[in-house]
Order: sequence, then structure tokens, then C-alpha cells
Amino acid sequence: MSGFATQFKTDATRLTRDLKHRTLIQTAMGKYNVVRKKSAGEFQDWQSARRAASGIKWDAVNHLDTHLEQLTAKLEARGTKVHWASTGVQARKIILDIIAEKKARSIIKSKAMTAEEIHLNEAMEKAGYEVVESDLGEFIVQLRKEPPYHIVFPAMHLSRDDISELFTKELGSAPTREPEELTMIARRVLRSKYITADVGITGANFAIAETGMISITENEGNARLTAALPKTMITLVGIEKVLPHMADLALFLPMLATAGTGQALTCYNSMYGGPRQPGECDGPEEWHVVLLDNHRTELLADAEQRDALHCIRCGACLNACPIYKNVGGHTYGTTYQGPIGSVITPHLRGLQNWKHLSFASSLCGACTETCPVKIDLHHHLLQNRRNAAAEKPVWWEKIAFKGFAFVANRRWTWRWGIRVGSWLQPLHPLVKGTVLDPMRPWTKTREFPPLAKETFKDYWKKRNDRA
Amino acid sequence: MTERENILARVREALRNPAPRPGAHDESHATEALEQPISRWLPKVGNSFEERLALFKSNAEGLKAVFHMVKDQEEMVARLGTIRDAEGWKRAATHKGQLTDAVAAKLGLPTILTDAGYDVNSLEQSGVGITECDALIAQTGSVLVTSKSAGGRALSVLPPHHVVLARKEQLLADLPGAFELLTKRYGTSYPSFISFITGPSRTGDIERILVLGAHGPKKLTILCF
Repeated sequence: MSGFATQFKTDATRLTRDLKHRTLIQTAMGKYNVVRKKSAGEFQDWQSARRAASGIKWDAVNHLDTHLEQLTAKLEARGTKVHWASTGVQARKIILDIIAEKKARSIIKSKAMTAEEIHLNEAMEKAGYEVVESDLGEFIVQLRKEPPYHIVFPAMHLSRDDISELFTKELGSAPTREPEELTMIARRVLRSKYITADVGITGANFAIAETGMISITENEGNARLTAALPKTMITLVGIEKVLPHMADLALFLPMLATAGTGQALTCYNSMYGGPRQPGECDGPEEWHVVLLDNHRTELLADAEQRDALHCIRCGACLNACPIYKNVGGHTYGTTYQGPIGSVITPHLRGLQNWKHLSFASSLCGACTETCPVKIDLHHHLLQNRRNAAAEKPVWWEKIAFKGFAFVANRRWTWRWGIRVGSWLQPLHPLVKGTVLDPMRPWTKTREFPPLAKETFKDYWKKRNDRA
Repeated sequence: MTERENILARVREALRNPAPRPGAHDESHATEALEQPISRWLPKVGNSFEERLALFKSNAEGLKAVFHMVKDQEEMVARLGTIRDAEGWKRAATHKGQLTDAVAAKLGLPTILTDAGYDVNSLEQSGVGITECDALIAQTGSVLVTSKSAGGRALSVLPPHHVVLARKEQLLADLPGAFELLTKRYGTSYPSFISFITGPSRTGDIERILVLGAHGPKKLTILCF
């Protein structure tokens, strides 16, 4: 078992028993479910909207080369500098070089999961720059020196008291139980940062090939400020983010809002088509767009799971997942958590180290059903299990399955097995949950149902004999 | 080879192996969804102007924006004066435009114009940012602004109150209509910033409790005549 798998098991065991954690997550998810249902219900046909969205994404991803070239040409035509990075290391270097060239000191950042993926903040801090996360949830987890708990709600696991205590300790503010006051404390701290920052870094929700635009969706206005005030703007984009046409956003913006937060539309949906243009009064003098591969082309090469690149990072599959709701976001130990994280992490970071995530699923299919772009998530988890076993078979599993096949394929062994099982079962409580228990991992937290005294076959035979 | 060539080569190599069409795992998947106009799936908007205006108002108010339909520019000025007194604005910020020129001049406040550049600190300390817009969208209660129509990128997000001055002819039915308008109006020379503003700035990051004015304006007022 990889160290990551051990860590997953330890954390999962701890968190499923943490009642405070449970209450926080259940409350947040409960609120989300109500508004999401309402918003999806406002659509004239949500299911057809999903089909249309998955069709558009299919086109985008399956003609990725053409779209990327068009996107680049359009961006460059209006003065944007486009950079290409095959790896996280390259992307970090590109960004650090820009910052160094600008002799920047302070950097303001709006939420970007791609930046989490390549550990950009750590790299910038190590190089001696002051980096401030401006999204409230990200700001909170940054102060706690923690990764985001959820791709859309980074501080979902914290109560207002936790946050008040954190602000008192880190910012010297007076304790309060009012979310409004806590938000205003962060607003005051961050306002001065926007104005003094030399460089603004953002992520992207969509990249429009047709017009050469980056679309950013947010509620707080922090990304808008990040893209308005600093002299240099850097946008880090995964190559799979392209959409062919600007008008596609008419579908994707309301769907992202509905699936992501249950809103009809997120507060600010902004499209950026260049640095400050002639005749404009503000905006960055320079805009750098960094296109990031970082193993996405490997996932692209897997035709069976290529649709995982359709993901719009709405987080709906996390919210629907019974495993996520029990073990929590940090347990995954990944940038992307929940079902989509379990599917793509083995591709991004190595199948053998992360194959345990394929088993962090009840295979209920709630993720596939909720996904706005219809990614076949739970089947991809099965495919990852299959691929992991084919790539590196586990000897005892092979023997165990051979044994099972031997018993199950023969009438006499099967009947004999069941009979012996029912004789032995009354003895099971003597060893249940101890090291002597052969089924310990399973029975530690579950009850095994009693085997029937009489098999159906016996019953049927007796019944016919009576007749 | 450059990284650009490397990445594009990997993409092309990967795509040589075709992926199943969407719906391959789902028999209920009808392909007709792809051929229909997007507006068919989106939330309904009424057919008449009155219905759409009512929808815009209820959507905007549901988002805690304030919407007033006024008779004429004069009433717009009066409304704005009332808010100025209630909130005690000391300074206003706006941009040149037909409506903003007519209205902002009558506020009787020191006023910053963003058009020819501005001091960020003074803009930040202005009580209000007054802008025009490209359109109002009934379907979502959104205001469509661009750096061209609304005085740049910061004017509509930095001051604590954003007031939008609009004409009722600017009301559009839905999002697909808004993108059509953008293409028609700007051709290929789009302003570098386009945004759908849907209610005042908000966050739910603390226990999913709604707080207005996370980083942008705490208040959004739309005056329309």
C-alpha cells in the first residue's frame, strides 16, 4: 500500500467519527442541495442542457490542437503574451521570471486550482515574494497554511468560531461570531493589497478560442480587482479549458453557477480579451497567459477517459458523493478532491500511488448523474481499478480470485462452502474485530448478516418433495 | 522544439485515437440537444416587454440589488439625490456618457471621471461609482458592462456602491441575446473587459451564510427610464 493510501485510510477513519466536521459539512451540503435543485428546476430542460454542454465540450477537447492555436493567435493579436508549459516546474519558472523581470514585490492572487496544482504560492514565497490570496475562503486557508478543502468552497470545514480565532491570532482583530464582520475584516486587509500589488495572478474558467478571451467566474469581485489594478496580470490556464465559441458561454455560465453553488448566475462573469487596449483607461499594461499541460495530454491520450477533460470544476460531484461527505476534502491529499479528483489524480500523479482513490467510491453513480457535462465518473473509477490491476497485479489478490472462481464455479464446492460457513458463523463473535478475524477490515465497522440455516436450494427441494 | 510545439505534438498524437461520442455510456442520450438553440434549455423568459421587465425586477431584487423604473432623467437625478443624502456621499466617480453626463453633473459633488486615467486611492474613497451599461438581461437580472460602456474595469467594482443608469430599450430577454448583441456591437474589436454583473458582490465562504460586499460593491442600484 502506498504512503498516500495509508494516509487516506488514517484520515478517513478519524474524520468519519468527527461529529463537528460532520455537522459543518452536512449543513453546508444541505443548503447547497436546496438551491441547486431550485436553480436546475428553473431550466426549461436541464437534461438537454447537459447533453448540449457535453457535446460542446466533446468538440472542444477532441479538436484541442485547432482550438489552442486559434486561441493563441487571437490572444496575441491583441497584445497578450502567451506562454506554454509542459510541466508544473516550467509554469512556475515562467511566472517567477515574469515577476522578477517586473521587479515586483507583492502579488495578489485570485482563486486558481491550477496554481494549487503546481504549488505556485510556495514557489513564490520561497523566492521571497509576498503572495496574498484574495478569495475569502482561500485567504482563510492560506492563513491556516492549509490546502483548500473543496474546489469551490475552500473553507467549508471551518466554523465561524474557527475563523474568528484565526483572524484574532493572525490579523489581531477582535473576536466576533458574525460572518458579516469576519468578511469585512478580510475586506479591509485585502483592499490595500489590491492597490499596492505589482502583479495580479488569476486562473480561468473558460478560454474562448473564437475571440481569444479568458472567462472568469466569481462572486466576490476579487478576481475583477486583481485583473483591474496591478500593472501586470498573469493568468494560468489548463489547456483543456477551451470552448470553441463565445456564445457557448450562454449555456456554460448558468450551468456552472447552478451546478457549482446553486445560483442562477454567479455574481461576476467576466471575459478578458487583452491587456489595456488603446483608448481604455485602466487594466494591466501587460497580460501573460500561461497554458499548462502538466499531464493533461496523457489523460487526453486515454480515449476511454478523455471526457474527464470536459470537467468545468464546478464541484457538484464532490457535493453529491457519499464518500466525500464522510471523509472530507483534505483526506484525499490531492489538489482535486471527490470523484473527479479520484478519476484524474492517478493520471496526473501516477496510477500505482493513487489507485486507492478508485476504491473511495460506493459506485452509486451520484457523481455521474449530477455532472453538468456528463462525465462518466463512476465507470472511470472502475477503469482505473482495472488498469491498476493489469499494470501491476497483486499476487495475493490473484490467488484469492482464483480460489473464489474455483469455489464458485463448482456446485459441490459452493454448497459445501456455504454449509461450512453457516456452521462456523456462530463462532465468529469470539474473534470478531480481532487480529484472528479473517474478515477484520470489513467487520471492524460492519455486521455480517447471519447466513440462513437452510439454503434456497434445500428449501426448494424440500418443497417439491412435499408436493 | 519549443514547448508550444511539444504540447501540440502530444495533443495531436493523443487525438489519433478517437474518443466515443458523448452519450456512448448513456442510451437515453439524444443528440438533438446539440442541434437546438441554447435558449430552448435555459430558464423561461416572457414574450412581452412587460413580462421581461417584471422578470428582470424580480431577479434583480432576489439578488438584493435595487431596481427603480423612473419616468425620466429628472426623476433619475432626484432618486440619486435621495441616496446621496441617505448614504452621505462626499465624492462620486463616473465616466463620460450621455446619461452619466446629464445625471452626475446635477449631484453637486466633487466628481472623478475615469476616462482619462484616475488616481486609484481617490476612486477607492468615492462613495459611489456611477456607470452606464450595454444591456440588462431579464433571464438572470444581470447588467452587462464593458470597459467601453462603463468607464473601464475598476469603476464598477471598487467604490462601495455601484449605480447603473439604463434605458428600457436596453433590456434583453436572455443570455444568448446578450452574446448576439456583443458580436453585433463590437464586431471583432471587443473591449478588453466584458462582464455580466448579477447582484452586488457576495460570498458564502463562512458557513455558507450570505454576506454582501465581499470585495466589490455592497450595493448595486439600477435606475432605468
